[in-house]
Amino acid sequence: MLTRSEVLAVRQASVSLSGHPILKDIDFALNAGEFCGLIGANGSGKTTLLRTVLGFVMPTSGSVTMEAGGRASIGYVPQKFILDPYMPMRARDLVALGLDGNRLGVPLPSRGRRRKVDEMLEAVEATPFADQRIGSLSGGQQQRVLIAHALIRRPRLLLLDEPLANLDIRSVAGIVALLRRVSRELQTTVLLSAHDMNPLLSVMDRIVYLAHGRAATGAIDAVVRTEVLSRLYGYHIDVVRVHGRVLVVAAEGEGDAQTAIQRDPVHVAQVP
Amino acid sequence: MFDDFMVNTWIAATLVAGVAGVVGFFVVIRGASFAAHALPLSAFPGAAAANLVGVDQLIGVLAFSGFGVAGISQLGRRGRRDVATALSLVMLLGLGALFLSRTTEYFQAIYALLFGEVLGVGAQDLAPLAALSAVSIALTLALFRPLLLSSVSPELAETISVSPRVMEVLFLVVVALATAVALPVVGALLVFSLMVGPASAARTLTSRPLAGLFISAAISIVTVWASIALSFASDWPIGFFVGALSALGYLAGRTWAWVEIQGLSQFRRSR
Ligand SMILES: Nc1ncnc2c1ncn2[C@@H]1O[C@H](COP(=O)(O)OP(=O)(O)OP(=O)(O)O)[C@@H](O)[C@H]1O
Ligand SMILES: [Mg+2]
Repeated sequence: MLTRSEVLAVRQASVSLSGHPILKDIDFALNAGEFCGLIGANGSGKTTLLRTVLGFVMPTSGSVTMEAGGRASIGYVPQKFILDPYMPMRARDLVALGLDGNRLGVPLPSRGRRRKVDEMLEAVEATPFADQRIGSLSGGQQQRVLIAHALIRRPRLLLLDEPLANLDIRSVAGIVALLRRVSRELQTTVLLSAHDMNPLLSVMDRIVYLAHGRAATGAIDAVVRTEVLSRLYGYHIDVVRVHGRVLVVAAEGEGDAQTAIQRDPVHVAQVP
Repeated sequence: MFDDFMVNTWIAATLVAGVAGVVGFFVVIRGASFAAHALPLSAFPGAAAANLVGVDQLIGVLAFSGFGVAGISQLGRRGRRDVATALSLVMLLGLGALFLSRTTEYFQAIYALLFGEVLGVGAQDLAPLAALSAVSIALTLALFRPLLLSSVSPELAETISVSPRVMEVLFLVVVALATAVALPVVGALLVFSLMVGPASAARTLTSRPLAGLFISAAISIVTVWASIALSFASDWPIGFFVGALSALGYLAGRTWAWVEIQGLSQFRRSR
């Protein structure tokens, strides 16, 4: 069940893929308009959790409850996929497909449709390259177009899978600011996965931190703490704050931790 | 060249070319050339089987295309589409070898199934050809947006409740229908070149999807018209011209795209 302000509730959800347990007892809820970071290393289950929220994967136990409307009120930006450079499709065509890509028949010119697409392109600052082929755009530009594609139906919940990967620092800041702004303007709840939480520290209302198939969830200050994350990882780690950045560092000599560090580029990348 | 009996040829060839161009657009943007190559080849034994049983060729071709679609989509369910396609092709070709060994057809008839028989279209063949063409073009246009979105990304399609699996099967059905239209006229081997050549050229000429589909159909029709005229004038087989002109169109398209991309990156660098 959802309380009145909740858009999504994941309750004690466990997920297995081809018989292997991937996620265990994940429990969190998102309120309308909240910005939530889904943080975890490669292979920690971020994509799996987002696909479970979308209903592409069914939890083996527990539940995922979406506000009335279900999947129809979710927008999704999948993890980076290759856009064919030869595909005869402009940015604006892909955005329009977000609106009516499930309709039958060829798209007839319509003023209303055109206006909605133009508005959305404007909102994500994609107007300057709206008529270029999607395959010829840069990573950051493609990300904006995909966000417009996902937002054009005005979903209540926007899921983004690693939208900041492979972007330079300036593009990362641009996309984060854009998402914060549209989520406020459209009252959209945002659940965004990332392996590095730092670019998101100033915008996240809530964090879901994944490790070893389990999650620690809550406000940043309640989750990103030495004792909470140590319990999650199952060995001692330190949460260090320097220059307004958060570093999650495994203790020296921890055998298990060494492998965790190798699996976890976040940690390596963050050590100055 | 425009005698009465040639009129049927022109009409049939135009229908076939239009269908191949329209369906070929999706063959190319979905990267499904192999399936578009395999389906006509696996349908070709159907014509032999039909002769053996004594039913209309078209029925045999449709039935075998259907087997091909079922094979590719069922086997491709788990695992790679190209492997599933190859397996289906091999199985149906094996059957084809069996049927052909049982028929008393002349070599000429088999040759026509492989390389086409544009000049042999009779008035009674036109009605079913027109009906099938209408169905496959209508189906492609009806599915235009879902097919397009699922070609860009199956996940994006799934998010707005377009099942990528259903789209894949429907797409194969459309290719199978186009095959049934085209195979008796241009032959099993050349259906493929007509589907892939014009569409590859078209996608480099425009960045608009719907325009791409129509340009593809137009190039395909012009290719076939030119091939008939050239074949008539030179007495060389029409198949040669269809294959050569399609390949030429494809090469021109690739070159144009290459030039465009080079130009674009130079433009970027110079800024
Ligand atoms: N179909 C599958 N069958 C079995 N295991 C799978 C399957 N798909 C993914 N996994 C495993 O599930 C785990 C979580 O994968 P997932 O893709 O959700 O991680 P992620 O956090 O999104 O990683 P990344 O940062 O690399 O995108 C991984 O260990 C992966 O190997
Ligand atoms: Mg992932």
